[in-house]
Amino acid sequence: MQFGGLRCISDFSFSVEDGQLVGLIGPNGAGKTTVFNLITGVYRPTAGKIAFAGKSVIGHRPYRITARGIARTFQNIRLFSSLSVFDNVRAACNMHLRHGISHALLRGTGFDREEREIDSRIVELLEIFGLTAERDSSCRALPYGDQRRLEIVRALATRPKLLLLDEPAAGMNPTEKIELMKLIRFTQEKFGLAVLLVEHDMKVVMGICQRIAVLDYGKKIAEGTADEIQHDSKVIAAYLGKQTHA
Amino acid sequence: MSGRPKVLLLVTLVACAVLSSFSGKISPYYYDVIIGIGINIILAASLNLINGYTGQFSLGHAGFMAVGAYSSAWLSLTFGYSFGLGTFATTSTYFLALVAGGLMAALAGLAVGIPSLRLRGDYLAIVTLGFNEIIKGIIQNAEPLGAQRGLGGMVQHTNFFWTFAFAALTVYVVLSLVHSTYGSGFLAVRDDEIAAEAMGINTTKYKVLAFVVGAFFAGVAGGLYAHFKQFIHPEGFNFLRSFDIVVMVILGGMGSTAGVCLAAVLLTILPEWLRMVDDYPWLPEWLRPITENRMILYSLLLIILMLTRPQGLFGTENFRRRPA
Repeated sequence: MQFGGLRCISDFSFSVEDGQLVGLIGPNGAGKTTVFNLITGVYRPTAGKIAFAGKSVIGHRPYRITARGIARTFQNIRLFSSLSVFDNVRAACNMHLRHGISHALLRGTGFDREEREIDSRIVELLEIFGLTAERDSSCRALPYGDQRRLEIVRALATRPKLLLLDEPAAGMNPTEKIELMKLIRFTQEKFGLAVLLVEHDMKVVMGICQRIAVLDYGKKIAEGTADEIQHDSKVIAAYLGKQTHA
Repeated sequence: MSGRPKVLLLVTLVACAVLSSFSGKISPYYYDVIIGIGINIILAASLNLINGYTGQFSLGHAGFMAVGAYSSAWLSLTFGYSFGLGTFATTSTYFLALVAGGLMAALAGLAVGIPSLRLRGDYLAIVTLGFNEIIKGIIQNAEPLGAQRGLGGMVQHTNFFWTFAFAALTVYVVLSLVHSTYGSGFLAVRDDEIAAEAMGINTTKYKVLAFVVGAFFAGVAGGLYAHFKQFIHPEGFNFLRSFDIVVMVILGGMGSTAGVCLAAVLLTILPEWLRMVDDYPWLPEWLRPITENRMILYSLLLIILMLTRPQGLFGTENFRRRPA
């Protein structure tokens, strides 16, 4: 990926298997979020290949890629700020509607049935993630950790096969981080997802990821299990500095 | 739960029909104001779908209105009155002319909606403003549409019933869209386009749809207007008219249909009421000049309202959740 003269991601090849939880780490500006934006179609790669379930996703609009089964959260929370918690999740159910505009206007029994199905699906999701009590409050009123959780719920409402989490632990305190780790594990198992996690927090990444890739200046410098990464000299040099006890 | 809006719409339509039969008893001046209110409700509620719910900034609503007004007037003049038809037939032609005017405006909405995909905020406002002026310019030079002389001779078909039936229909359509999972796409686009795309929402479709639906009803409002005033002139659809509608939407509270309708009523009555202030005997002499300078006072009132309630009369968040 190249932005004008700036080569951002230059040597990075990498894969996530079904049902795997993979971490992507790297120092600030290494290109982690850019990788996300490439996968989700926000940017179009200047060279290289990206495939999901055997088919290339390059050149598709982001909403088409989401429809193929890739959902994401954002590093800086991007909830639909004027909507309630419930309506945030409902907006993400939009793409699975079987019926179009005529149903919304005529409001027949088919419309009722579908809206009820969606309602109960949302209620179920909110229940799983402990947001039931907040369903009608404005999403802006939620505490920070809950907003992050709501982003995950919203992404799950699109029924993804692959979930991309962009720094879900950012700004959380240690207790919230432990909660979050449990939550990610749980989500992955419950929904049978593949998860790609970008994260700064070493404890979180090392704690839950089955495999970790390390990105530095747009190049992959290492890949392996948490243990291997921790003892990789390149990683230590690039990321963890000299403090080998990390 | 969702049968209710439909019943409500039907009841409103019947009420319009009943009330319409009394319209002969009202003085022509008041009748004029009342019809003006209805037309402004249609314009404001439909613009609210574009500006309020979808977060686009259109300044060209009067342009859509002009397209509808001229199309329907031209259809009526060309086909409506030539056969010596009975009441039922002329009424149906009138209705068809209104719908055709709306469809022409919707087509224009499609044409304007497409640049909206690349532009946002101020830039889109300028494009829509330009569109408004282009439409006006085309009409000013189109001989078959009367050019600078204006277009007249339509029969006055528009009455209380038609105006408020369409006002009710506009409100119904906008609310039905927005209060459904389908319509949550509009709100998602307004709040965060990138997040909306990431949640699988086709933002292009929703933006264009908002323009098409909004323009359709503006076109119908134009048709109603043309068949009420029986004379239309390009200057009646200039950007000042567009601003009037935008003011109604902002004053009522972007994305609040109730607020926007209330603002449409208030802003139609207010200038008229300021005109009458002169007749009040209790008014001190030094205040009399108000009537001559009523537009200054009108603007002043708008400024005060915006200073005291920047979120609009009803605010944006009167978002009623459907009971689950």
